[in-house]
Amino acid sequence: MRRSAGRSAEPLGTGLGSRVDVEKLRVRELSPSQLLRGGELEGPTPGAHLAGTDLERHVEERVMTTTLDKAVAWARSNSFFPATFGLACCAIEMMSIVAARVDVARFGYEAFRASPRQADLLILSGRVSIKMAPIVRRIYDQMLEPKWAISMGACCSSMGVFNNYALVPADKFMPVDVHVPGCPPRPEALMHGVLKLRKMVQDDPDMGWRERYGARGTEEVLPGEQRRPAAVNVPIEGDTAGA
Amino acid sequence: MSPSEQRSSPGMSEYRRREDSITLSPVEEQLGDPEDGHAAGRTQELLTLNFGPHHPATHGVLRLLVTLQGEIVHDIKPIIGYVHTGIEKTAEDKSYWKVIPVVERMDYLAYHFNAMAFCGAVETLLEVEVPRRAQYLRVIQLELNRIMSHLVWLGTSALDLGAISMFWYCFREREKILDLFEMSTGARMHTRYFQVGGVAEDIPPGFAAKLRGFLDEMPGRVDQYGALLNSNEIVLQRLRGTGTLDADALLELGVTGPLLRAAGNAWDLRKADPYCSYEDFDFKIPIGTVGDNYDRFAVRLAEMYESVKIAEQALEGLPDGPHITDDRKVALPPRHELATSMEALIHHFKLVTEGFRPPPGEIYYPVESPRGELGCFVSSDGSAKPARVHMRDPSFVNLQAFSHMAKGGYIADLIATLAMLDPILGGIDR
Repeated sequence: MRRSAGRSAEPLGTGLGSRVDVEKLRVRELSPSQLLRGGELEGPTPGAHLAGTDLERHVEERVMTTTLDKAVAWARSNSFFPATFGLACCAIEMMSIVAARVDVARFGYEAFRASPRQADLLILSGRVSIKMAPIVRRIYDQMLEPKWAISMGACCSSMGVFNNYALVPADKFMPVDVHVPGCPPRPEALMHGVLKLRKMVQDDPDMGWRERYGARGTEEVLPGEQRRPAAVNVPIEGDTAGA
Repeated sequence: MSPSEQRSSPGMSEYRRREDSITLSPVEEQLGDPEDGHAAGRTQELLTLNFGPHHPATHGVLRLLVTLQGEIVHDIKPIIGYVHTGIEKTAEDKSYWKVIPVVERMDYLAYHFNAMAFCGAVETLLEVEVPRRAQYLRVIQLELNRIMSHLVWLGTSALDLGAISMFWYCFREREKILDLFEMSTGARMHTRYFQVGGVAEDIPPGFAAKLRGFLDEMPGRVDQYGALLNSNEIVLQRLRGTGTLDADALLELGVTGPLLRAAGNAWDLRKADPYCSYEDFDFKIPIGTVGDNYDRFAVRLAEMYESVKIAEQALEGLPDGPHITDDRKVALPPRHELATSMEALIHHFKLVTEGFRPPPGEIYYPVESPRGELGCFVSSDGSAKPARVHMRDPSFVNLQAFSHMAKGGYIADLIATLAMLDPILGGIDR
């Protein structure tokens, strides 16, 4: 059995910009031994003495193919950089996931970043008051894409036991990817929430769960460069295209 | 036209308007004598630095407007209210025993103390006698909570000073205390273990042995913390002689707790006005000498030993008897009685649907929390809901001493002072 590499009649790569002439391409069929050796290079290579089905098994055990998107999602989901951002009671339990017992470093999330510009995961740990909400939103906006948010505890998911004039649930003012219930949630529960987010990011971030609640394109825009599409029939300031 | 008027515009939100109405310290400083011809009119600019509400060293969401003259702190204005939760107002809308879980969430590192202050106030209003076994069980939980609060303080403060390993050691012991809480109360934080008239449940089998194991281990651990930090030159340099404030100045500002004791005033409500049978236990009050940051650190470290001693004595001398009052008008009847006694069923129904009605009156009940005097004021109008619940939170009062401590020092010492002040923003804003 021989494997064919790149012998398709379709134009190669839509991202190239222009149509590639397939006839002019030199199509080469690579055997497993050539794959391992790196084409026709000479020299001793592991597995060079193998042949036939032994060689094929040898290659299948060592070569993995994937798409770039999946590889990137895998890398991203295993290295969240959470923001060091505590609000109330839950912040203490959030600190204890870094500590010895739960040890978030096992999964690669221990690098808490004090600046939102360096973080890509915002854990809302506690109650968000109406006075704090614009600040939380600003911190979320200051984070660079791709970014995720976990609402930890009952307060910032549903105002919790208080449910009064002073609080606002996080979903009212920012997109939240995972809600972790509890008052406060155990560190294990938060860990479970983070791992759920990892699964979501790994599986397929383009299934639309982020678009559904408008979680894309929320980077901070400075006042001078604001170009928000205005309401219908209202010209944007400085835009003379339709005049 | 003042700067705040310049910035205000008709479309401005009320929130933004209030934010802008905060008066800043002068941003310019006159240099030299104005009469002197040479220096007249020469000024230098001061730097106003916004610090928080999102900053890892503020221990929550405290915001500080710091005016700096070079590296020297010229003025500090703390701005609070970023975790205002309306707990006191919510408490007015709940029957007395349903208030306990919301007041527990004020000072979230001292949840047993919040519940103790509230339950103590209501018990005094109702004139209910708490069984001695319940009082001893409360003391065990309170002192474990004090150690836990000090552990979180020590770990995060050391983190602010640049020592990360302390954080791991402290949280290792904290997990052991939370395991004990989970065993006796069913929850790690916000346990709702304290009830009006006693505690929710007696301790389970095996708790005493586990607690004894922890209490045997803990003094050795505190020795290790002391050995690690007391021989660290960086920690000593940053703590000694910084943020000093004497006892008289602290008293004028209403400061209590370890901050006051660090300045040499041995004021501790457990000794001065014993509650919850604290008079039965033999313990010492650690005090400092000069009232600088190092004394605050040392006093809290020494308090952990004393808390271990109190918990040991309470465990050894734990009296037999009920864990909650048998006054059926206040405490729920045991579950098994509901199947056999009509009266118990009626009491259960009345308590769950309506609650009890304390006689009209006012009461202030202070306890010694890890941060100082935590008092609960309850005003009753004779109905099943409190007319007013107010907490005198030590973090709130202690914070007003902060600018007096940090003024004139370096900005780096401000971080150390704030860490040793140990404010809990949940308690400040409530």
